[in-house]
Amino acid sequence: MSGRARLVVFVLGAAGLAVAFVFALGGMPPFGGSEHPYRDLAVAAALRHVTPNVVSSVNFDQRALDTLGEETILLGSVIGAAALLRLVGHEKERPERAGGRLPDAIGLGCYLLLPVTLLIGLDVVAHGHLTPGGGFQGGVVLATGLHLLYLAGRYRSLERLRPLAWYEFGEGASATAFVGVGLAGLAAGGSFLANVLPLGSFRELLSAGTVPVLNIVVGCAVATGAVVLLAQFLEQAIRITGGAGPGSSG
Amino acid sequence: MQVYAYAVAGWLALAGALGIARSHNLVHAVVALSVVQSGTYVLLLSVGYQWEAAAPVFASGVPVTTPVVDPVVQAMTLTDIVVSATVTALLLALTIQIEKRFGTVDPDELRKLKG
Amino acid sequence: MPWVPDTAAAPLAVAVPIVAACLALVGARWAPRPLIDLLATGAAAVTAWLTGALTLAAFGGRVVTWTGGWSPRDGRSVGIVLAADPVNAGLACLASALTCCALLYSWRYVDSAAGHYHALVLLFLAGMNGFALTGDLFDMFVFFELMGATAFALTGLRVEEPNSLQGGLNFAVINSLAAYLSLIGLGLLYARTGQLGLAQIGAALGGRPADALVVVAFVLAIVGFVTKAAMAPMHFWLADAHAVAPAPVCVLMSGVMVELGVYALARVYVTVFSAAVPAAAVREAFIAFGVLTAAVGCVMCVTQRHLKRLFAYSTIAHIGLFLIGFALLTPDGFTGVAVYVAGHAGIKGALFLLAGLLLDRFQTVDEGELFGRGGRGAPCWLFLLAALALAGLPPLGPGLGKALSEDAAGAAGLPWLAAVFVLVSAVTGGAVLRAGLRVFLGLGHRLGPVERDTQTAGEERPETETALTRTPPTMLAAVVLLVLGGVAAGVAVGLVPALAAAAGRAGQTFADRAGYLGQVLYGGPPRPAPPPVAARWTGSGVLSGVVSTVLAGAVAALSLWLPRGARVRARRLRPAVDGLHRLHSGHVGDYVAWLLAGAAGLALALLALPAAAPG
Repeated sequence: MSGRARLVVFVLGAAGLAVAFVFALGGMPPFGGSEHPYRDLAVAAALRHVTPNVVSSVNFDQRALDTLGEETILLGSVIGAAALLRLVGHEKERPERAGGRLPDAIGLGCYLLLPVTLLIGLDVVAHGHLTPGGGFQGGVVLATGLHLLYLAGRYRSLERLRPLAWYEFGEGASATAFVGVGLAGLAAGGSFLANVLPLGSFRELLSAGTVPVLNIVVGCAVATGAVVLLAQFLEQAIRITGGAGPGSSG
Repeated sequence: MQVYAYAVAGWLALAGALGIARSHNLVHAVVALSVVQSGTYVLLLSVGYQWEAAAPVFASGVPVTTPVVDPVVQAMTLTDIVVSATVTALLLALTIQIEKRFGTVDPDELRKLKG
Repeated sequence: MPWVPDTAAAPLAVAVPIVAACLALVGARWAPRPLIDLLATGAAAVTAWLTGALTLAAFGGRVVTWTGGWSPRDGRSVGIVLAADPVNAGLACLASALTCCALLYSWRYVDSAAGHYHALVLLFLAGMNGFALTGDLFDMFVFFELMGATAFALTGLRVEEPNSLQGGLNFAVINSLAAYLSLIGLGLLYARTGQLGLAQIGAALGGRPADALVVVAFVLAIVGFVTKAAMAPMHFWLADAHAVAPAPVCVLMSGVMVELGVYALARVYVTVFSAAVPAAAVREAFIAFGVLTAAVGCVMCVTQRHLKRLFAYSTIAHIGLFLIGFALLTPDGFTGVAVYVAGHAGIKGALFLLAGLLLDRFQTVDEGELFGRGGRGAPCWLFLLAALALAGLPPLGPGLGKALSEDAAGAAGLPWLAAVFVLVSAVTGGAVLRAGLRVFLGLGHRLGPVERDTQTAGEERPETETALTRTPPTMLAAVVLLVLGGVAAGVAVGLVPALAAAAGRAGQTFADRAGYLGQVLYGGPPRPAPPPVAARWTGSGVLSGVVSTVLAGAVAALSLWLPRGARVRARRLRPAVDGLHRLHSGHVGDYVAWLLAGAAGLALALLALPAAAPG
């Protein structure tokens, strides 16, 4: 279709949907009201399972199957991106160019921040059942923290800290571990992903049963997954040369 | 104020969709898709909001009887964000390869499939 | 089941493929390729066995599993339920069996992606099984996205082919956008009911007539499903994706993934909305959209020469029929669609694999370039048999599904729909038959060159390491297994009384909303039901199958041997047909515009119809 025809179809559709949406908003409950039936159940269930962070309890205990699915989406897209960005045809890796020098202050700052950031990431993962945060957030902090090395201008040292094959195994192992926790629940508690570990006492580090275990598993998965994903794109930008080129295979 | 947050969600969804429909650059289209998804975050979080309620984390000093906002929509949003990040990564990977094979990232110039 | 309790089978159907995918990913680094093939195919076979046993158990009543042990108290729970009935357990079994065949075919598939291909296919299977078995709306969204992410990557896997990238991109953008609209619908439903489980939302909506919020939430929630199902005008992505995906992936996408979209639509309507959104409005709207989908699919199918696109449009036409069968909203309608889907999956899967074989031998899937080159070996006769099966020849699977759906339409007071079923079967079967006769036997007139303005070129690199000179036995075995499955769906179910009764019970259980709610929320026993309508061959069904097969033969003969003069006169129709072809532009912006227009049309139709047709 021409750009104009496309716009006409789009505007008709969008206007229709907008009208329908406005009609629907008339039936919405008042914003900020106090009626949240699922919330009431979820908070009670989280307290029963000794988990102060109710969001973690929902993610890793009450609706852990969602998180398994999401974990698997991450695994799938890591594999997918690696497959889509693999070397084909005439492409090959080129040696790293000797880049320009960075001001020492930036390099030093990055080196100082690296251990701090990694520690914060580990802390966020480990306390995911107690305080805001958890496996996802901590995992992202860990993965991006590692890339401070890249900011410090040392792609090679980043590569040394990042043997990609092992990170891919880590991603697979985390997904397997998540399923393993689920199967342990099935064997010991009679249902998949049942919280079968001792629940401990409120606001203690070792409490909430499988929630911290799954937090750590997901932290590993997100950290390794994000590292592999970022690595694919960095490789494309920095190391790959001699693509098939425009139109050469068309 | 009653429907303001919901209206923002609807607006983001339609504006993002318009962005994809009118896009001349696939990277722009991928980001526009994330804008649509931002609409879903806004909708979910505003559905679960409650005036004067605390975050759903009973850390030390927060009695367990404190009213809290809905944690379920927050958990869903967290899942949604991971989904968004992964789909964006896949789409950008495809875009990189499209740039290599077609020499362009303008959807108007991709003319291999038709009919 | 002797080794595994019934309630463990549903979570294992998701868990087994995930673990196998991880093993394939890690193992591919050091293990030889045949071991990875064996591992992946074996895992799919184990999953097929698990889901098959689950299906058998589900005939005795739904198998309900609350993950995490969060069984409901007073009908309320914070957990996610897996609720297997014969239909969705059967779909999971179908997905697993098709994956097994696809992986068997892939033993010769060139895989430069180091185990990534096997891992992605297995994760795709995990996504389909989870999507089919879960009884929770947000969990459906999660597994929908898992199916999506893996399928996008598999579609674009042949990164050296520009087509493959464009097809993967269109598929990914349209399906993701539709999924986000679904999530907005879910948000609206959550605002109204504060629930996420299908049974809980259904119970919360209760018997109150739907207001605008519920109707709009329904439409938005199903946009993702009907887009996955390729309902016109949200169907554009399907032909692009099927044209470029590796042949074994097409088997999964055409055979079961798009059908899962129809399943989800039916499940969500029946369980959640049927007591609120009036059945009359839903029936009229979806019969209209079904007929539109069937019409677009038929015209595009019969005017194709790119074989994989031809099959893809035939899938779209059949989706139109499945939508009509759903829209009857009767137990025997659901039975008919279920049998139809099973038969169609085997036959259509076999056709895609045969197209893959042609590509591997001749580096093209263009009907004109393949003229007379296919030879008279086993692939030839399998192709022609599949074409006749698609046309509805008794007693094969698709024919039985078609006959049952026609009977259901007649029982629902809409006998004219039988004509739609016959016409679609005749046109799509005829188009496939024509292509088979031309490619394998060299019958009819030769085709000119591809018109690049409105058609997709068929040349591509082979999917195997080198071009094949003969058909490898593993590849042929996969095709034969699929054809046998498609045939058996009609012969076994239609002629063995016990199986016919069981198929009838499947539709009946699916339609039983009160039973679903009671069993899921209150753990009640399965309700005793009146004896179902058996899914067996009837005289009128056989007759209609013969008629559509004869018509398909006529369609094929006309397009092969139409005299030159008549062909010239037929060209007058060209502008209209070319116009329809131009709408399928491969432009992602166009597809987005049509997606919104389709969603808006559905929403406005359902908002307007209840006033016109109360009740």
